[in-house]
Amino acid sequence: MLLSLYRSLRSYRGFILGSVKREFQARYRNSLFGALWTVLNPLSMIVVYTVIFSHIMRARLPGVDDGMAYSVYLCAGLLTWGLFSEITLRSQNMFLENANLLKKISFPRICLPVIVLLNAGINFAIIIGLFLGFLLITGRWPGMALLAMLPLLALQVLFCAGLGMILGVLNVFFRDVGQFFAICLQFWFWLTPIVYPLSILPEWVQRLLQLNPLTNLIGSYQNLFLYGQWPVWNSLLPTLVIGVLFCVIGLRVFRRRVGEMVDEL
Amino acid sequence: MGHIRVTDLGKAYKQYPTRWSRLAEWLIPFSPMRHRQHWVLQDVNFEIAPGEAVGIVGVNGAGKSTLLKMITGTTQPTCGRIQLEGRVAALLELGMGFHPDFTGRQNAVMAGQLLGMQVEEIEALMPDIERFAEIGEAIDHPVRTYSSGMQMRLAFSVATARRPDILIVDEALSVGDAYFQHKSFDRIRSFRKAGTTLLIVSHDRSAIQSICDSAILLEGGRMAMHDKPEAVMDYYNALLAEREGQTVRQETLAGGQVQTVSGTGEAGILSVRLLDERERSIEAAEVGQPVVLEVQVEIRQDIERLVLGFMIKDRLGQAMYGINTHRQNQALEDLHAGERITYRFAFIMGLGKGNYSVALSLSRLDSHLDRNFEWRDYGLVFHIINNRQEDFVGYSWLGAKTSITRHAENLVERAP
Repeated sequence: MLLSLYRSLRSYRGFILGSVKREFQARYRNSLFGALWTVLNPLSMIVVYTVIFSHIMRARLPGVDDGMAYSVYLCAGLLTWGLFSEITLRSQNMFLENANLLKKISFPRICLPVIVLLNAGINFAIIIGLFLGFLLITGRWPGMALLAMLPLLALQVLFCAGLGMILGVLNVFFRDVGQFFAICLQFWFWLTPIVYPLSILPEWVQRLLQLNPLTNLIGSYQNLFLYGQWPVWNSLLPTLVIGVLFCVIGLRVFRRRVGEMVDEL
Repeated sequence: MGHIRVTDLGKAYKQYPTRWSRLAEWLIPFSPMRHRQHWVLQDVNFEIAPGEAVGIVGVNGAGKSTLLKMITGTTQPTCGRIQLEGRVAALLELGMGFHPDFTGRQNAVMAGQLLGMQVEEIEALMPDIERFAEIGEAIDHPVRTYSSGMQMRLAFSVATARRPDILIVDEALSVGDAYFQHKSFDRIRSFRKAGTTLLIVSHDRSAIQSICDSAILLEGGRMAMHDKPEAVMDYYNALLAEREGQTVRQETLAGGQVQTVSGTGEAGILSVRLLDERERSIEAAEVGQPVVLEVQVEIRQDIERLVLGFMIKDRLGQAMYGINTHRQNQALEDLHAGERITYRFAFIMGLGKGNYSVALSLSRLDSHLDRNFEWRDYGLVFHIINNRQEDFVGYSWLGAKTSITRHAENLVERAP
């Protein structure tokens, strides 16, 4: 099954790469600043949070009396959260958005999630590149620990792709799923230590937040960028298990419902 | 390559009583089926040999598009199997997936990729595509500036850039101007000559009859008929006119043609004869001979108005000449049961050599679609031979009277 998926992806690689390129171009085709907007959007968010929390509310990371450190902490969480929310939100609409294509043209449907992943990957690469540049300039380069980012990203993409696939297929049959997940994402964001550090919370809430599979993942990024610490791999095991589970369920749902899906669109 | 085999094919859409019942069916293990199956296509069986051309006809909603979609693979069948050999190209929705902001060239590449081609392949085909589409400079302009005809030209050129083993066409060809329609039809014909299997959905009688070896009639999601194109088209036309109380009957005549008779039967045709100058019934007429088509009609129930029409068709079923008494302002009114009427149409036989048939209709108005008392194909079959006139080519004898004048050379003015 995986082999046949791989084969169809391979033979349609032209379509996949072309679509990724076109989507990127299409977004900025008629704009003057082009790809700059990809950067400006999260940048504005980072500025807003930094100004509000670090300067107006005088929030400081425990143990670090440095306004800039909070910005780095914020970026590490916010940018990676951005990757998560982009993949899941795009995935849940990928079949609906391409309804016309799906109904009229026969091509391997598995191309669509791959296109979503690649697009999100490109956007993330741009912004994380800038962030790394910023770290280098301000002398906060995390060093060798940066290598840990690759397995962390792989884990995150696995998690997002599985979840996105489930949402994408379900959303075709039950449009409520899309609405529901958008609200979910709001809560999920604030239930993940991104804007605030985990340590300022009471003990029992901290333990509760451990149930959130993203808590330790995002935490690993934050430690990596802020202190140059290697992740505690054990703590990520539950996330990996859930991610694999999502992928298995996602592929199963996809395989079983892909034919029925076209009838519903 | 190019073989199509369809066995016991069926398609049903699931209909759930409420939105919640789907969720219940999905989540509750071993729960009973909560949906009703709405069949749109059932028991479809046919086989198409490589290089054959088959037309699919049927009224809207008969299941034609569903069938084609299943063959192209966009929709999955509920039951049955489709076996295809070779590369399939479908001209279902031309221009699907064109992005308005990209140029024609970029969109052509994109469309090719969607067909599973790699960029290098498309680049290699690009000169051909450009040449065939004939949209000139516009190929490098955004598609949003295109007319729909230009989009269609480009889309057709991309879709047919490579000769497929199986080509599926869905009335897409009725778009575009007359010139491009001819051009695209020529391309389809040349594919066919080179061995491509064709599957065409069309309402255009002449398109089906001129290109197809056989035709399939779909009716209410089932295959009603699979036969020679003329027979299927005749039956289909009769079916269009079918109303409550009408019957459609088909018989195979001695010559192998299938005769279709349909209608409500308030009036009926008793006899059809072709008469020569001396009132003798003939089966073969000479080109240029004065003849009379005599039709006897019987009135079985009182009717307020009666129009008799006839149409002479060639062996491919193409109309040569047709007229009715409504258009000749000779419709009869207030007819009573038991009456007999003799119609005589006198004309000079101006058709070329060949076999012809006469289809007849008895109706209330101009069109047989309003009240069809009787529709009869192959009411009469006759030949035309040519012993009297000079040997000419074509379907119609125009009897050119030729005069030739030769001018002396010195009358022609030459420039010094």
